[in-house]
Amino acid sequence: MYLIALKMLLGDRAKYFMLVGGLTFSSLLMTQQNGVFQGLLSWTTSHMRNMRASIWVVESRVEQVNETKALRDTDLNRVRSVEGVDFAVPLFQGVMKARAPDGSDKQVQLIGLHGGTLFGRPTAMLEGDISQLRVANSVVVDELAADPSRLGAGLGRRLRLGDTFEINDREARVVGICRTDRHFFGYPYVFTSYDQAIQYAPRQRKMLSMILAEPKAGLSAEEVARRISTETGMKAYTVPEFERSTIDWVWRNTGIPSSFMTTIILGFLVGVAVCGQTFYSFVLENLKNLGALKAMGASNGLLAGMLLLQAMTVGVIGFGMGLGLTAVFGIIGAQKGSLPFKMVPLHLLQSFGAVLIICVLAALFGIRKVARLEPAIVFRG
Amino acid sequence: MRSPSSLTRSAAVMAQEVTDVLGAIVVRGVVKAFGSGDVWTPALKGIDFSAAEGELHLVVGPSGCGKTTLLSVVAGTLDWDQGEVSVFGAAFNEMPRGKVTAFRRQNIGFIFQQFNLIPTLTLIENVSVPLLLNGMGRQAAESKALEWLVKVGLEGSGLKRPSQLSGGQQQRVAIARALVHEPRLLICDEPTSALDSTTGHQIMELLAAVARAPGRCVIIVTHDPRTYSYADRMTLMEDGRVIEVKSGEVLRTFVGATH
Ligand SMILES: Nc1ncnc2c1ncn2[C@@H]1O[C@H](COP(=O)(O)OP(=O)(O)OP(=O)(O)O)[C@@H](O)[C@H]1O
Ligand SMILES: [Mg+2]
Repeated sequence: MYLIALKMLLGDRAKYFMLVGGLTFSSLLMTQQNGVFQGLLSWTTSHMRNMRASIWVVESRVEQVNETKALRDTDLNRVRSVEGVDFAVPLFQGVMKARAPDGSDKQVQLIGLHGGTLFGRPTAMLEGDISQLRVANSVVVDELAADPSRLGAGLGRRLRLGDTFEINDREARVVGICRTDRHFFGYPYVFTSYDQAIQYAPRQRKMLSMILAEPKAGLSAEEVARRISTETGMKAYTVPEFERSTIDWVWRNTGIPSSFMTTIILGFLVGVAVCGQTFYSFVLENLKNLGALKAMGASNGLLAGMLLLQAMTVGVIGFGMGLGLTAVFGIIGAQKGSLPFKMVPLHLLQSFGAVLIICVLAALFGIRKVARLEPAIVFRG
Repeated sequence: MRSPSSLTRSAAVMAQEVTDVLGAIVVRGVVKAFGSGDVWTPALKGIDFSAAEGELHLVVGPSGCGKTTLLSVVAGTLDWDQGEVSVFGAAFNEMPRGKVTAFRRQNIGFIFQQFNLIPTLTLIENVSVPLLLNGMGRQAAESKALEWLVKVGLEGSGLKRPSQLSGGQQQRVAIARALVHEPRLLICDEPTSALDSTTGHQIMELLAAVARAPGRCVIIVTHDPRTYSYADRMTLMEDGRVIEVKSGEVLRTFVGATH
């Protein structure tokens, strides 16, 4: 009988395409928007993937990695003296104005790494040598910075090793090009040494943005971070803690989550409305047939099962198509590299769950109708 | 003029006698009213009815007298308010709804005025539905369905859809579907009234030929006097009651007399 149910569904081409189309659109809206949202969220924590350090020490009020409240220079030694800290290095981070060869200003994310160790350096060097950062006025830029639309502007090509540009009127010579994870602000990364970064940045009383630290062998990052926090009064985060705190901050302080959630909920509601309506009218149109089946001895359970199967079938097909379209979007986005996008299996499962809920809701309206149906109606003309 | 009450009593007595002798379908004192609140329409007013194994039984009467309601009660597709219904020994009063549904699935075949074939299914699929409902595998069900399509004269049309057929052909498919699982009771509500008179005649002939079987009871509600000659017996209804039961011989004399 379940095969019969599918044939009844497929036999009604118009409704079938309407159902699949509605669910495709709804799945697309939900998975794609969620993908973009997750992508954006992951961009907010890209510092932690670009400068791998186990412990991030910040001013006590700092809640997220993109925020800086400067520390005193002496704070570095206070962290170093905490029991269990293997080493700790200073980090400068700040958004600076850089001048491209054509004279236009571009914002960059300037990172100053500890000159002795270059700890926190980018992991993927494409060209050049990171150790050259120890030479005065030298920088390593990421691919985005090298782009002709950014610091390559005026050259008509990408930045190469040996090219120069200016940061706050000081010369910066490119000694390396690296690959980074995109940052939330959309600014390219420019790495230099800590001492050099302080030269580039406008002079202020306190310049130390953050301290990166590693625990001694055998100690956990959590444990050591806890000790740093209690002993120094600063806030020390492990990577997962700082990621969570950053994302929480975005949820609490920006309109981004709510606007994405609105679209996602809208996708769900569109699905419920289109699919529910269409499926209900499919059931209404088939009421005589369903009544005949009921007269012939089909139980309510069987008919409910048939309706559920029909709804689930269009659900699975619609979700598959929505997912396919989302993946196409993701691939195009990934090629351009400029669109945030991230698909997480858990979130796909959630979208699939939402689609199934849409289908169950749609089927339930029909099931209620059929359960109340007097099979005797088939005798009426 | 005979008074209605004496007629009712005589019908009841006759029903009792038939039941005692043959006892296939027995309806005793059934009352059924439709409506809600203060507005109730009585459709069956304490009706007694019976039909026997092996007979083709017509139910006739003016429009609105309760024929379809009686049929629905006998089929177990409609609840009633008072009285008893027993079909081949199964007392519907005492059975839970699920049991009645299962009984219907196995023992009753239906033919409707509007055919009620499922338009998106092929003829074979339509005919195989009762077998599938009874748990038969698809292949077995479809080959049985094909046999029945041949029996009703639709050889080679198995893969067509109902919309490709004329009304008479569709009703043939419906006959095949109603009988494919060899039900003991066949219920037909005005099987010919959506058809022209020639086709209607052919359908009655086919029904009489393929449906009548020793263990089976066939009940047909009809308006069409030309079908009377196929009947073994006929129940005449009026205003929710049985007013007369006629035997086949009487009917044939009657039909002969009117020609
Ligand atoms: N579902 C219903 N709701 C309300 N009233 C109903 C319903 N079904 C039947 N009735 C009423 O019950 C009475 C008997 O109806 P029924 O359909 O059994 O008559 P019938 O003899 O089959 O008539 P016809 O020859 O026109 O088919 C009529 O008065 C009808 O209006
Ligand atoms: Mg009727």
